[in-house]
Amino acid sequence: MFKSLSLPEFLAKIDPVKCIKCKRCINNCGWSVYSWGGDKVLIDTFKCVNCLRCYHYCPEEAITILDNPVKYRKNANWGYYNIRNLKKQADTGGIPLTGMGSDMPYPVLFDSLLIDACQVTNPSIDPLREPMELRTYLGKKPAKLEFEKAKGGKSKLKTKMPPQIKLEMPFIFAPMSYGSISLNAQKTLAIAAKELGIVMNTGEGGLHEDIYPYRSNIIVQVASGRFGVNPDYLNAGVAVEIKIGQGAKPGIGGHLPGEKIPLDIAKTRMIPVGTDAISPAPQHDIYSIEDLRQLIYAIKEATNYTKPVSVKIAAVHNVAAIASGIVRAGADIVYIDGFRGGTGAAPSVIRDHLGIPIEHALAAVDERLRQEGIRNEASIIAAGGIRSSADAAKAIALGADAVALGTSALITMGCTVCGKCYTGNCSWGITTQRPELTVRLDPEVYAERLINLIHAWSHELKEILGALGVNAIESLRGSRERLRGVGLDSHTLDILGVKPAGR
Amino acid sequence: MPTTQVEGIAISPLLWRYFVKPLTEKSEREVANLEDDDFVVRTVMKINSEIDGAYVFSSGKNMGAFKGVGNPGEIARFFKIEEYDGYIWTGHTRFPTNTPGWWGGAHPFTLLDWSIVHNGEISSYGINKRYLEMYGYKLTLLTDTEVVTYLFDLLVRRHGLDIETACTALAAPFWKNIDDMPNDEKEEMTALRMIYGSALMNGPFSILFGHSKGLVGFNDRIKLRPLVAATKGKTVYMASEESAIREICSSPEKVWSPRAGEPVIVELEI
Repeated sequence: MFKSLSLPEFLAKIDPVKCIKCKRCINNCGWSVYSWGGDKVLIDTFKCVNCLRCYHYCPEEAITILDNPVKYRKNANWGYYNIRNLKKQADTGGIPLTGMGSDMPYPVLFDSLLIDACQVTNPSIDPLREPMELRTYLGKKPAKLEFEKAKGGKSKLKTKMPPQIKLEMPFIFAPMSYGSISLNAQKTLAIAAKELGIVMNTGEGGLHEDIYPYRSNIIVQVASGRFGVNPDYLNAGVAVEIKIGQGAKPGIGGHLPGEKIPLDIAKTRMIPVGTDAISPAPQHDIYSIEDLRQLIYAIKEATNYTKPVSVKIAAVHNVAAIASGIVRAGADIVYIDGFRGGTGAAPSVIRDHLGIPIEHALAAVDERLRQEGIRNEASIIAAGGIRSSADAAKAIALGADAVALGTSALITMGCTVCGKCYTGNCSWGITTQRPELTVRLDPEVYAERLINLIHAWSHELKEILGALGVNAIESLRGSRERLRGVGLDSHTLDILGVKPAGR
Repeated sequence: MPTTQVEGIAISPLLWRYFVKPLTEKSEREVANLEDDDFVVRTVMKINSEIDGAYVFSSGKNMGAFKGVGNPGEIARFFKIEEYDGYIWTGHTRFPTNTPGWWGGAHPFTLLDWSIVHNGEISSYGINKRYLEMYGYKLTLLTDTEVVTYLFDLLVRRHGLDIETACTALAAPFWKNIDDMPNDEKEEMTALRMIYGSALMNGPFSILFGHSKGLVGFNDRIKLRPLVAATKGKTVYMASEESAIREICSSPEKVWSPRAGEPVIVELEI
């Protein structure tokens, strides 16, 4: 009998001449691809996910991972993954799961947008010689500033500023819970956030005591499972986020099986060891926008109006109206997660076929809030497929106050976007709770790499601002005049509020 | 509008000047509870954006704009400018940079008693425009300078900021300087930048902002365009270059170059 009728995706190969039989590949692979056969390394290539841990740790460069040359017969309609997934379902009868953002070839509009630059009539500014400002404040802004006469006839600020999150650069780390990622991965994010003057987000898994020292760089999340939520938790960070949805799996909840709930995660989530951690699809106390308002104000009461409240939603078709409702319900920040956004685990069918891209959603929300004259009432965070500083700049020009980075941050920790986070076998120690794997991720070491990335992106953003002839990020924010579309149809240009290149 | 034939100005638009009193009983006005000024602004925006080919260039009570395509001397003669008296005069000529010259696109850009002449370019035009649109302004004159006039109208007349604060919002100090300010001032500046980030004018500019009670000159935050100020007796002169000042006042008593972003605010002595 055959092992499986679904083909292995990758072929792991070891050059027998180069191999010194050191067994490092066996130790490093979280997937048990390699085993010791007495005189040589045996390979079970069905298990290989191409995460390249073995490749990087092989001292002799003896390992190569190839795409499996054995394919199904070429067919323009029945593609490789159609047939493979179908066979997998025939094997198991289940819903194929997946991790990370969708890998389907939907058009990425960021790649069809180009940024302006100065020539002759307006000077560009050299960021190496002149100040370039990226500082960003997230939160509700009053429409205008008022002064009153103080003693001695001097005017004094009368307007009371609502609470804000101060960011030294317009980046935040996307919510990723302890459970979906390892504690070491969360620590890496926290250390980097503190060093950079930005924030990380706990996700919905509660706040581990090891992360408490980073409280001035943390957003705590309240999701449908309400894991780890109590008054201390709500007050532990600089802001509270209500998670309604996630771009990778709009409209569905989450399920962390009991086998993945050891004592430490159980304590953090405040649930019994070994019980399933279920996040229902909706929040069971939110069945209308009025309910959302109640929760927003319950949290504001619990935090004594000292923290901005963010509401995170997945980008869905009616996102502009939904966002408007959220702002009117009292949210200080609207976090929009596009359908290319990442996940630790989602059904493939949901991830690849539900929602809309962040570019469309962001443009629609920013424009709607402006039309309604309430854009100042809330900041917008854009997430879901920000791959570079250029994507970030384009998102900011479309109207985002800041962008959230999930996958990009994990890639600095070794992630290769293999998409197998849901298995808990991550050989890089990121999306796993197996102690022998998580110990590989040294937070101090990897935080350095993450800090490098964000510094690099900040320098790049400053170069872009300089080329645009402006020296503050707020002059790019929402400035769609500085974007042009290439090869986009007129409806799409209209939705983006962007002119075609050449006009 | 009184004009005269001038050699060099072959064609001109039909120019009409009306002296009007806003109707109080207009239903749209009553519904929105508009003051006279709001109603005038709204009407100007309506005409400029909705009536094809018609533009209101000047809508002040105590301010007039004379502008067109031609050299400044020709335009002055065309409008018979020698027949007018005034206590503040601003003048401007330009090499049309990003848009071809047209009568509506000439400086000054005015609204009510605000007038702006501008040397430079507003690189943040895109977001300044969208910010103003949120407050009902319609930008129709195909040029960046228009935003400056409307930003002053919004910040000073509608939001009630004093002129210095408005200038500070439009050419804001850098965060590194704000961080070193005493606490009260720091809080004030931080709030100003947070709230008026979309109004920040970025790019090279020197601007003269004239209004019925005075004149303001100011630069962008890193002084990418020149600005020179001078005084003689009780008269203040400001221009992009000193030579322009000396052309009309050959021996000023004091001449200086204001620092980047620091406005020179001149108030009328009454």
